[in-house]
Amino acid sequence: MSKTYYDPSDLRKFGKITEWSEELGNKFFDYYGKVFEEGALTAREKSLIALAVAHTEQCPYCIDAYTKDGLQRGITKEEMMEAIHVGAAIKSGATLVHGVQMMNKVNKLEM
Amino acid sequence: MKKSLLARNNDLANTTRQLEILSNGIFQNGELPTFADKIKETNQFPLRPKKLEILQINLGYMCNQVCAHCHVDAGPDRKEIMTTETMQQCLDVIKKTGAHTLDLTGGAPEMNPNFRWFVEEASKAGIKDFIVRSNLTIIRANKKYYDLPEFFKKHNVHVVSSMPHWTRGKTDKQRGNGVFDKSIKALQMLNEVGYGKEGSGLQLDLVYNPSGAFLPGDQAALESDFKKALHEDFNIVFNSLFAITNLPISRFLDYLIASENYEDYMYALVEAYNPMAVENVMCTNTLSISWDGWLYDCDFNQMLNLKVASKVKHISEYNEELLQKRNIIISQHCYGCTAGAGSSCQGTVA
Repeated sequence: MSKTYYDPSDLRKFGKITEWSEELGNKFFDYYGKVFEEGALTAREKSLIALAVAHTEQCPYCIDAYTKDGLQRGITKEEMMEAIHVGAAIKSGATLVHGVQMMNKVNKLEM
Repeated sequence: MKKSLLARNNDLANTTRQLEILSNGIFQNGELPTFADKIKETNQFPLRPKKLEILQINLGYMCNQVCAHCHVDAGPDRKEIMTTETMQQCLDVIKKTGAHTLDLTGGAPEMNPNFRWFVEEASKAGIKDFIVRSNLTIIRANKKYYDLPEFFKKHNVHVVSSMPHWTRGKTDKQRGNGVFDKSIKALQMLNEVGYGKEGSGLQLDLVYNPSGAFLPGDQAALESDFKKALHEDFNIVFNSLFAITNLPISRFLDYLIASENYEDYMYALVEAYNPMAVENVMCTNTLSISWDGWLYDCDFNQMLNLKVASKVKHISEYNEELLQKRNIIISQHCYGCTAGAGSSCQGTVA
């Protein structure tokens, strides 16, 4: 039997983290639940943000969870892919903008 | 066009096989609690009827569509339709029932050759809310159906129609190629005679079923998205949207197993279990009558051939008082009606 670090069925066990640290676990889930409630942003918008961040964090559990969450909310696959591109653009932009630091260093060191 | 499970001789056309699947595996080895055990936790076992409010009559399994998720396993190859004799027995019951809602369903109920006669007769009984579940495309399937919107209006029928999404791709994937365009045209025809329009008194509601192995989201949010998109794109209006969970039976069960989503889906249903939804689950206020006159706790039990646990099992021997004393038959498919905000033919219940 092949073993991997990630098991999709582990997502169902997420709630069990409270068993080894009840107070902190409960505080986390209370906070988490509150974050995703309707607010200045709609729950739908938050779901798309979560999906994009799930990808930049490369969290397979979060990707599964927020893909399903999006489908449940009637979010289309085109909307989901655009959200992921936003994440990808920021991720690549964040890499590339450090190029300025490299340029600064080169300019400082070279005669 | 695809065929029904029955026409394909699929194993799951056998209801005993479906019930075996729903009772074995993760429910047999204790991984997940059975529905009976779950409702025992909150002292809601056995499930008993409350006041009868809705008579739901299935006029037959014949349909012009073969939807991927259909719990009826309906389609053009299904020939089971209600006879005038059984319709007359239903009319006798409708005249004396305490129920305030009559709900005609199918298949496509309009395909029953005696549909119009039955609606005309039933509308004389003074039922408060008279629903016909129309799949929309039937209105565009043949010229003889083009006047259905006028016919519905004449008899003040409340039209409830399926629409899984406001986009063509998602709708056609679930309900068949071309269904979206025909449904849009049919909705426009219903709007033209006044359905869904403010002040018309003609009620047009849509039913949303998820097009895949996931649960419906918030009903109010989906209704708002549907209203915005259908109005902006097609100038269509409607009254309410009912978000209905797909129950793991028949063609949807077949899909869940084939796509290896069955266990995850059952986990999702059990995790979303809501005891508040059990309180108002539709089998507590509904009776379902099949095309051949048998009585069931709900349309889903009808499709699993689980007849009411009562001495009275057929419309010919109908006795409302006796029927109200029965226990409701349950199995693991019932989790579909108690997940989240609950699910019924009238949408959420909790």
